[in-house]
Amino acid sequence: MKTFAISILLFWLLAIAIGMVIGLQGDAIDLNAILASPNSQQWLGADDLGRDILARVIRGVEVSFMVAIIVTIITMTFGVFIGLVAGFYGGKIDAILMKITDIFLAFPGILLAIAFAAVLGAGLGNLILALCITGWVSYARLTRGQTLSLRNRQHVIAAESLGASVPRILIRHILPLLGSILIVEATYSLASVMIAEASLSFLGLGIQAPQASWGAMLRDGVRYMLVAPHYVLVVGLSLMSLILAINLGGDYLRDKMDVRTEH
Amino acid sequence: MLGGWFTLFLIKKIFGFATVIFGVLLLTFLLIHLVPGDPVEVMLGESASVADRDGLRADLGLNQPLITQFGRYLAKLSHGDFGRSIHSKTPIIELLKMRYPATLKLAGLALLIGISIGVPLGIWAALKNGHWQDLMVTIVSVRFSAMPAFWLGPILMLIFAVWLGWLPVSGMESRTSIILPAVTLGLGLSAILTRMTRTSLLEVLNDDYIRTARAKGLSENKVILRHALRAALLPIITIVGLQMGSLLAGTVITETVFSWDGIGRLLIESIEKRDYPVTQACVLVVALSYVLVNAFTDVCYQFADPRTKAVN
Repeated sequence: MKTFAISILLFWLLAIAIGMVIGLQGDAIDLNAILASPNSQQWLGADDLGRDILARVIRGVEVSFMVAIIVTIITMTFGVFIGLVAGFYGGKIDAILMKITDIFLAFPGILLAIAFAAVLGAGLGNLILALCITGWVSYARLTRGQTLSLRNRQHVIAAESLGASVPRILIRHILPLLGSILIVEATYSLASVMIAEASLSFLGLGIQAPQASWGAMLRDGVRYMLVAPHYVLVVGLSLMSLILAINLGGDYLRDKMDVRTEH
Repeated sequence: MLGGWFTLFLIKKIFGFATVIFGVLLLTFLLIHLVPGDPVEVMLGESASVADRDGLRADLGLNQPLITQFGRYLAKLSHGDFGRSIHSKTPIIELLKMRYPATLKLAGLALLIGISIGVPLGIWAALKNGHWQDLMVTIVSVRFSAMPAFWLGPILMLIFAVWLGWLPVSGMESRTSIILPAVTLGLGLSAILTRMTRTSLLEVLNDDYIRTARAKGLSENKVILRHALRAALLPIITIVGLQMGSLLAGTVITETVFSWDGIGRLLIESIEKRDYPVTQACVLVVALSYVLVNAFTDVCYQFADPRTKAVN
């Protein structure tokens, strides 16, 4: 399983690297090749504008990774900050902050991200913003729970009695102990952000043409499924392989680091 | 029958849910104010006349202070008034009445499919723990849970509607139209339920009273069905309750893929037409359904589990 996950991840990273080195565009329209099946020139066929699907899949994974990494970094930083503050101070601050997370959690799945993306308007920047606004909550809950239990550990009490400032205690004495659990959570979150990005783009609320995105490609693929089934199959399989590899990677890290999560 | 602890628990829960519902109302109310620039111009387009714009602004109450607007919004909602669609001028409550039952029907059938596949498969995997059958079930359920609806849906459509021609591709015209979207939603749920049932049953199977039941000489079937499954079902019921809410959200994409005229599709259509009052209403209705289902599950769980009663 581990080898399988690593080889898929390496495959996609290599594809991105090669794409960057040769300056892959994937925007060239060829009206003679509209919805062409896989052939010697276009290995995975062509889309509804005759663009090379292979090139667009590689450009799509680039965007997918970029969005996932940016959103994960921002949501993790913000969520961990909120969680640390809530867990460390407790009392009213904790109650208010956790009530706010409860409200965000009252919106199932990506419904809130859909709502935000809808009012903010489509586009890469707004997509990232919508996913960030809704994505920090799980980190806040996780960090808060852990901080609550770490708060009364002897080394934290010792640091407090020695007069260490709160930021120092949080950063030097509590945060390092959260490292492994946050790494595992971030790995799973990479996959869920990728799915959310693809979902929003599928609904027309995310990345806009001519920029390649797996979600938007899947939407076009469904539209032309009767005449060019290879289109939807190629993009779907690519997405599934990547999500599966990342989730398996998350499982591996979880077992390796002995972290108990709900996944 | 109900002790004092239960009444206290209910009051606490109701207060907790009331604040969450208030937060949900506030957040959905604020949505329209997040529209960059003038929401009226975005909704009507730049070519709209000044009179039309002023009319809509007054209609939505956008020219009043924010707090008055929120008060008005709550007052209207308490009468079941969600406002009117900007596009079709129909009262939104009519649209919801038309579309929501279709979503409930889809989510209900998906739940049924999810349970009837997930629970037996999970039990089987737990009973075959460590064997190849267990490994196979685990691998398949991991695969399915990694499949988003906008990928699984088209695959099922391709196989059963296009290649085999057994079922309609999309729409709601035929009685069999519901099968593909329900299976798409249900398979995702069954993957989660399989894993939960397996874990839950495995935990119970290691308990002392199961060993006692076996030592008494009870048949394996009786041990599993009478003793183990009863205890293992409780967490499964909770997951089912929690998943019902996620199913409602999942219908947004599934309904779009299969052109199923439910509330999810209404939401996406309203976004495309920039009919924000409808968007707002759809988000609110789905979120409130989710909160209510969760609240109901929570209360049922507390009521059903004798251990929580003892703790309280």
